[in-house]
Amino acid sequence: MRWAVLGGVAVLLALPAVLGSYAITVFILIFFYAYLGQAWNFVGGYAGQLSAGHAAFVGIGAYTSAMLALEAGLTPWVGMFVGGALAAVLGAVIGFLGFRFGLRGFYFVLLTVAFAEVCRIVALNTEAIGGALGLYITFTGDPAQFQFTDNRAYYYVALGLMLAATGLAALVERRRFGMYLTAIREDETSCEALGVDTFRYKMLAMVLSSFLTGVGGTFYAFYLFSLQPGSAFGIPLSIEIILRPIVGGAGTALGPVLGSFILTPLAELTRAWLARGGWSGAHLVAYGVLLVVVVLFLPQGAYPFLERRLGRRRRVTGPR
Amino acid sequence: MGGVYSLMAIGLTLIFGVMRVVNFAHGDMMVWGMYLAWLLAGRAGIDPYLGFVLCAAALFVVGLVVQRGLVERILDAPHEMQILLMLGVALVLENGALVAFGPEPQRVRSPLTLATVWVGPLFVDVARLIAFLVAVALTLALYLFLARTDLGQTIRAAADNAYGALVIGADVRRIHMVAFGVGAACVGAAGALVSPFLPFQPSFGLSASVTSFNIVIIGGMGSLLGAFVGGLLVSLAESLGAVFLSPSLKELVSFSVLILILLFRPAGLFGARAA
Repeated sequence: MRWAVLGGVAVLLALPAVLGSYAITVFILIFFYAYLGQAWNFVGGYAGQLSAGHAAFVGIGAYTSAMLALEAGLTPWVGMFVGGALAAVLGAVIGFLGFRFGLRGFYFVLLTVAFAEVCRIVALNTEAIGGALGLYITFTGDPAQFQFTDNRAYYYVALGLMLAATGLAALVERRRFGMYLTAIREDETSCEALGVDTFRYKMLAMVLSSFLTGVGGTFYAFYLFSLQPGSAFGIPLSIEIILRPIVGGAGTALGPVLGSFILTPLAELTRAWLARGGWSGAHLVAYGVLLVVVVLFLPQGAYPFLERRLGRRRRVTGPR
Repeated sequence: MGGVYSLMAIGLTLIFGVMRVVNFAHGDMMVWGMYLAWLLAGRAGIDPYLGFVLCAAALFVVGLVVQRGLVERILDAPHEMQILLMLGVALVLENGALVAFGPEPQRVRSPLTLATVWVGPLFVDVARLIAFLVAVALTLALYLFLARTDLGQTIRAAADNAYGALVIGADVRRIHMVAFGVGAACVGAAGALVSPFLPFQPSFGLSASVTSFNIVIIGGMGSLLGAFVGGLLVSLAESLGAVFLSPSLKELVSFSVLILILLFRPAGLFGARAA
C-alpha cells in the first residue's frame, strides 16, 4: 500500500515532462478539486456533517487574497493564510450555530446552503469588491505574486496542495481525533454517552475543513485570474466539491483523490464535447445521474468498493 | 402569489410528511411545470389556465417515477444519502431544462396577462387573481381528497405510521407513489399558474426550492395547514419587502429568515415534530 502510494506520487512528479499543455490543465484541475474534496472530507466525510455550502469558504479565501494583493500589495503566499483564517472564522460561526442548535441532516444542509447564498448575495452587492462584475487580476507572471508563466508550476503547486491535504487526512485518520469523528458520524448519541465532547470535535473538523478550503480559494483566484460571486460562492461549486469525495468514498483518505481522478476528466470531456453543441448544462446532468447511481448502487463510494474487490494487497489499479 | 406559494409548499410538505424525504428537486419540478405550460401555449395554443391540468398530470407521472425508481429504494438509508439522491435529481432536472430550453428567461403569453379588474376598492391583475383562486381551489380539493376519500385516508395513515399501514393491509409502496406524484403535481400546477406573469429560466428552480423550504419550515415540516398559512405569510412578507427593499436584498432577507427559523423554530409554527 505504502509503496503503491509512493510510486503513484513519483509518477505524478515526473509526468509534466511528457504531458502536453491540455493534459497538464486537466491534471491541475484533478489535483485542485481533489484538494477541495479532501478539505470537505474532514467535516463532510469523516464527521458525517453534510455541508453543502463549502463554496462560501472558497469564495472568502479567493476574495481575501485577491483583495489583499490588489489593494495592499500583500503577496498571495501570505494572503492565502489570511483567507484561510477568515474562512475558518465563518466555518466556526456556521459550525457553532449548526452544532449548538443541534441541526442535523436536512437542516444542517439547509443552514450551510443558506450561509453560502448570503455570502454570494453580499459579494454581488458590495461594489468595493467588484460587485456583479467581479475582480480581475492582471497577469504579471511574477512567482512572488502566485503567478506563473509556466503551467507546470501550477501543476506542482496543486499537486502539493493535494498531497498535503491527503497526508493530513491519513494522519488524522489514525489519530484519536479521526476516530472520534468517524464515531460521531456512525452514532453520535453513543459517543456522547461515552463522554466524547462531540460538539468540540465537530467544531474542530469544521474549522480545519473551512481553513483548508479557504486556502484553496487563493489557488482558485490566482489560477483563473477572475472572480465572480456566482461562480466563487455559488451552489454549483459547492456541489463540485461534495461530489468527488462522495463518488470516490467519503471518510477515506484516498476517496476524494480517486473521485477526482474519475470525475474531473469526465467533466472536462463532457464539457469539451457537449459545450461545442451549445449544451451548456450537459455535464451537470451527467453529475446528477452519477450522483443518483452512486447513492443507489455504491453508497460507500468507489474506493471502499475497490478495496473490497481487490483485497488489501493489490490496489494498484487507477492512478492515485 | 400567496395561494400559489401555499400550493408549492403543500406539495413539499405532503412528500415529506408521507415519505420523510425532503424533495430537493421541488423548485426544479416547478420550473418543468412552467416550461410545459410554455410549450403547451406556444406549440398547441393551450392557455396556461387550462394547460395547468396537463402540467400537473405530467408532473404527477414524474413524481411517480422518481418515487418508484429512486426514492423507494433508499427509504431506510441515512438522511444524508436521501439528500444526495434528491440533489442528484435536482441537478438532472435543472440542467436538463437548461439543455432543452436554454438559459434565456421565458414568459408564457396569455390573453389575460395584461387584463385587470376592479374587485371592490382594489385594482387587481386578472392573471394573478385566477392563479390565486385556482391555487386555493386545488388546495381545498387536496384537503378534501386527503380527508374524505379512502385513498386519501390511507395516505394519511401511512404518513402517521408506515408500518402500521402495512399491517392493516395498505399497499404502502403504491401510496408512496401516489403521494409523491400528488406532491409533484401540486408544484407543477403552481408553476403553470404563475408562468403568465412570472418570467422564468432554469436557474429559477433553486430559488423556488428555497422559498418552498422557507414556507414549509415556517409552517412546520409535514403540516398541511402550516404550509397553507406559511405560504400566505411568506408571500405577504415578500410583497411588503418588495415595497421597501431592492430585489437582491429581498433574496438576502429570505435566506436570513431561513437561517433564523432553522436555529430558533426548526419545528415551525404548526409542526409538532422536530427532525
